[in-house]
Amino acid sequence: MQSFLENWGITAMVFAPLVGALIMMLIPEREEGTHKLIALVSTVVAGGLGALLMLDFDYAKAGEMQFGRDMRWIEIINARYAVGLDGMSLPLVALTLFVVPLVIIYSWDHIPSPGNAKAFLMLILVLHTGMIGTFVARDLVLFFVFFEVVLLPMYFMIGVWGGEKRLYASIKFFLFTLFGSAFMLVAFLALYNLTGGESFNIERLAELVQSEGLSTRTQVLLFGGMFLGFGIKVPMFPFHTWLPDAHTQAPTQGSVILAAVLLKLGTYGFIRIAIPILPEGAVEWAPWIGLLAVIGIIYGALGCLAQTDMKRLIAFSSVAHMGYVMLGIATLTDFGINAAIFGMVAHGLITGLLFFLAGSIKERYHTLEIKRLGGLLVQAPKMGWVLGITTMASLGLPGLAGFWGEFPAILASYNPAPGLNQTVFRVYMVVAAIGTVLAAAYLLWLLQRTAFGTPSEEFIDDPEITDMQWNEWVAWVPMLIMVIVLGFLPGLLFDISNDKVSALGEIFQALGN
Amino acid sequence: MFAAEEVSWLFRNVWLIPALPALSFVLILFFGKRLPFKGAEIGIASVVVAFSLAVLTTFAWIGNIQSAESHSEEAIFLEGPDGEQTPIVLTAEEAGEARGAPIITEVEWFSIGPDANKVILGTEGNSDAGHDEDGHSDDEDEDGHSDDEDAGHDDDEEEGAGFGGDDNVVDVAFAEDGGTVAEAHGDRFSISIGTLVDGQSVMMLFVVTFISLLVHVYSTDYVKGDRRFTHYFAFLSLFTSAMLFMVLSTSTMQLIVGWELVGVCSFALIGHWWEEKANSDAALKAFLTNRVGDIGLLIGMSILYFAAGRTFSIPRINELAVNGTIPKGTLTIAAVCLMAAVMSKSGQFILHTWLPDAMAGPTPVSALIHAATMVVAGVYMIGRLYPVFFIGFGIAGSSINLMAFIGGLTTVGGGALAFVQKDIKKVLAYSTVSQLGYMVLALGMGAYTAGMFHLFTHAFFKACLFLGAGSVSHACHHSFDMKADMGGLRKYMPKTFWTFMIGSGALAGIPPLAGFWSKDEILVGAGVWPNTGGNGTYYLPFVFGMITAAMTAAYMARTIWLTFFGEYRGHDEPHESGARITTPLIILAGMAVVVGFLNMPSGFVKFFGAPEGLAHRFEDWVEPAGVSTFVTSDNGFTHAKPSLSLAIVATLLALTAGGAVVAYYRALYAKDSKATEYTDGVMSRIPGLRAGHKFLEEKYYLDHLYTGAIAGGTKGPLARATDWFNQNVLDGIVNGVGKLSVGLGNFIYNIIDQKAIDGVVNGSGNSASGAGQFLRGMQTGQVRQYATLMFGATAVVAAIFIFAV
Repeated sequence: MQSFLENWGITAMVFAPLVGALIMMLIPEREEGTHKLIALVSTVVAGGLGALLMLDFDYAKAGEMQFGRDMRWIEIINARYAVGLDGMSLPLVALTLFVVPLVIIYSWDHIPSPGNAKAFLMLILVLHTGMIGTFVARDLVLFFVFFEVVLLPMYFMIGVWGGEKRLYASIKFFLFTLFGSAFMLVAFLALYNLTGGESFNIERLAELVQSEGLSTRTQVLLFGGMFLGFGIKVPMFPFHTWLPDAHTQAPTQGSVILAAVLLKLGTYGFIRIAIPILPEGAVEWAPWIGLLAVIGIIYGALGCLAQTDMKRLIAFSSVAHMGYVMLGIATLTDFGINAAIFGMVAHGLITGLLFFLAGSIKERYHTLEIKRLGGLLVQAPKMGWVLGITTMASLGLPGLAGFWGEFPAILASYNPAPGLNQTVFRVYMVVAAIGTVLAAAYLLWLLQRTAFGTPSEEFIDDPEITDMQWNEWVAWVPMLIMVIVLGFLPGLLFDISNDKVSALGEIFQALGN
Repeated sequence: MFAAEEVSWLFRNVWLIPALPALSFVLILFFGKRLPFKGAEIGIASVVVAFSLAVLTTFAWIGNIQSAESHSEEAIFLEGPDGEQTPIVLTAEEAGEARGAPIITEVEWFSIGPDANKVILGTEGNSDAGHDEDGHSDDEDEDGHSDDEDAGHDDDEEEGAGFGGDDNVVDVAFAEDGGTVAEAHGDRFSISIGTLVDGQSVMMLFVVTFISLLVHVYSTDYVKGDRRFTHYFAFLSLFTSAMLFMVLSTSTMQLIVGWELVGVCSFALIGHWWEEKANSDAALKAFLTNRVGDIGLLIGMSILYFAAGRTFSIPRINELAVNGTIPKGTLTIAAVCLMAAVMSKSGQFILHTWLPDAMAGPTPVSALIHAATMVVAGVYMIGRLYPVFFIGFGIAGSSINLMAFIGGLTTVGGGALAFVQKDIKKVLAYSTVSQLGYMVLALGMGAYTAGMFHLFTHAFFKACLFLGAGSVSHACHHSFDMKADMGGLRKYMPKTFWTFMIGSGALAGIPPLAGFWSKDEILVGAGVWPNTGGNGTYYLPFVFGMITAAMTAAYMARTIWLTFFGEYRGHDEPHESGARITTPLIILAGMAVVVGFLNMPSGFVKFFGAPEGLAHRFEDWVEPAGVSTFVTSDNGFTHAKPSLSLAIVATLLALTAGGAVVAYYRALYAKDSKATEYTDGVMSRIPGLRAGHKFLEEKYYLDHLYTGAIAGGTKGPLARATDWFNQNVLDGIVNGVGKLSVGLGNFIYNIIDQKAIDGVVNGSGNSASGAGQFLRGMQTGQVRQYATLMFGATAVVAAIFIFAV
């Protein structure tokens, strides 16, 4: 058992959902209950395997790859099936394993129109495999495959189960992301060739780049290709316009997965691939990434203030929040990157919850127009409370998870890695700090206009407006608990990511001296 | 008074004091509604225990100081500039605990940063160099010597509010071992959470739990039958816990967390009746204004973190500020940033506008949060990091600085606004703004003890006044309008009247009530009056202080006369409130009488032939620890000498101003006992005065600027412009590129091979029906086709780019 876990644990975890999807394929569509059960079981199996791995994980050595598996795959290009888990990937794997089963539980009564639970859940399972695979991949080709596998299920989810403008939104999402991926692939291939065509292994490439002495100019160009791939996925300003459309049109489950996990593929790419492999390129790019990040913070917040639709507002808030994550990364310091990882997890939980709430509000009120809402705390007090806590978490209140992604990123910008312009980053720090005020403004206005006050005439006696249902309880409460627990015990996460991140941070300390 | 072990136990377990209300919050939230008193009993029980512990801690602390003083042969004394003996570094007891030094109990919260073993340390033997100030001269000194005590460190055992657990406490007595606080747990840079017991924090523990307890009791009557009675008590508990958590902070990180948590409790309680938009507006305004100040807090604390060599530890930051390791310029920038946070939290001009609006919350909340405790958080933070401010602003030897100026402006500006209010709570709110300005003014002049003492006395008499106003409103059918619904109430509610009189007298600085002593110390601290000494000669702040002394007496006289004299103008018969309301009033009024005697000047004590030991007790108890190394260092502050003549002059000034107002209303009531102002008074006759009055009524037009111009401008034009840019410019580009590609595709299609391109276009998938077909295809088993298309599409597009780039 132990050796199975050591050798095959990660692989089993990655492919368990896919196996579930394959089983579902054999079962007729009308047996909806069976489909839901299989979907849930396969994600729970993946989660259970993940939990076993995390129990077995040696946290004292969180900076090293564990449960590594490196096997022959596509020999002709030296691409190998190499997977592993370390302190950087573990939090994100955990996030994915945690959120997806909750999404499936939520789906129990909430299969969006036009129905077809079988296809819908199968897509979620394929997504699941793609997402975990991306986080555990140690080989660039493998990474790329998983990274792209995610694309199609989400495309179908938006295109088939989405809102009125689903066509436009889904194509935009697909092509925009693919556009970035292409550049990323070019960068991967160029990197492979420039380092002697020896390996696609991420750690090996990092060594090769140093030993081959890739010029800064080359590194900058390669980093640029990756930047487009990852930056669009994050998304960073000005490549974010697919996001509000995709989020607004996607079904609730799609929005939750998109916000909770998908966006993190981009930021994860930066800290796992682009920055460690191309440190000198990263130093050149960092001020520009920082600039786009802080523009994103302010721009996203102002965009939120202008929205009249709750879901679109939450979507825009992701642009601002991912700005903090990217700012943290751009500082190239241990504090900043730790904050970024924390920010990813926190944003995943918090914004995921917000999208859940938006979905449930839409279901009850048949609208998300903020002007028409109000008095949620009167009509559905429990849901109002959840909304209240979640908005507080989202605006970065200490004691809740959002804060630990935000403040350390701001703090880190005061003193970025050596070699980066301190003045520039201190300006970013001030801008980012101003962003916290705007974040409070749009979130509290949202809370005020939806939860406070009294219900409007049209909804006051609406029998459809009920408080939280059983599957909402089951799906939301664990997320809420995590938001609070991480808020008070940030060490639970920082202590896992710190070793790996500090090692990364030291590269830049050394580089600057 | 206590055995050494008991004292030690108490000091190491003060975390219980915030933990109990935190527990109470959770219990009330989950079980409150099912209990006979709807959760109030849990809240009161937890605060009673917390208060008892706070009292014990207070006495233990005092005992600690007293015994240190009586063991003078063990302690080192230093001749102060005014001939006073000030104890400094206090001798360690057998328990290894320095008397009078802060007692710090910490556990690791989390750690960020590299393994310190790999970090090259500046000095090898740095851990022994605790007293060697030169050892810290290097700014980048990482100071990573390890602490032996934390083997087997395990923060999973944290309890309550997330800290505590006495088996893994790490105790570092700062005065003994100057350097060890700096991030030395195991081998990492760690951020700690814990408790810091010293004079300043013990004083606040007492104040917060005392007033919280009375407010809890008062509230059981005041909000009886409220639609959210249980939630109200839950948030009172959470607030109490968060405030105590902040007060006990050992690190700036903990301080920030506590700071924001009290803010959110304030938000929830201001907006307690959120059905009405005005209330939720006020709550939002409070939160957002505080967020503006928090920009300064986050930045200032970041600056200090790096300036002190990557540490959040408050004692460490203070130490490095005092010994000059942190350059003065850095301290100045940090102090300016932190000042913004003080301005928002402690209602200083120009970020004070939220505080009067915060009166939308229930009155007991106004007393607890928006008068006595939370709003002094900013003042408290100045005291906590006093060396940073003192050196950063160059307080010694100066005649004006940013802090003194803001405090002065606030104290006069806030006092002036109190004159034009007709809502009794608003008067008190502006009075709070004004008095907070007084505290900041004091600290800005280097009168640390005076500022802290005023914080202490103010908490009691202002809570008394607010709760009194609540009692009045209770009698007048929930109105706060002095002009429309009050008047002549002294006949109906004598207990409220007399306690309100005492509170007002204390506020106005009438001897021998509490406010007199603390206000007098502040005025002395300006160093302007002959033979007072002080840190500088603060002429302008002194003038501000004197004006405020006069104004305070005047507006309180106006309030009392409008409320309690003349004839009742409301409807129905008013009535005295019940015992649960009047008892807290009487207790607070009693405190307003006596607490001033805690810090009598020694001259006064001698004059009455009282034992010398009764003089400046507050100073001895509160001061030595929080700033012990500071008081005695070369950069430190000095105490001003009290002046009888100044006390007399200031008192006469207040009496005259108050007397003039009383004369005005007596004359008015003689004409018409129901009038509230002269119909053809000077205000309406002289244009200049009328304009001034209007200026005050409009609150200096600041709300127009903030809500109208800044918030409205951001929410309106700026946000809309951003959205327009997004929808038209950015998306225009994206859509344009899309259309261009389609055009290009068609062009190529017509020229090159039709079939190949056909596959790509379909593969990219451009319609929902197309998507549906794919899915149907997949379901009917045509997986191969799906997979081919999926990878094919990706590969083809990627290939195009590869060859194109």
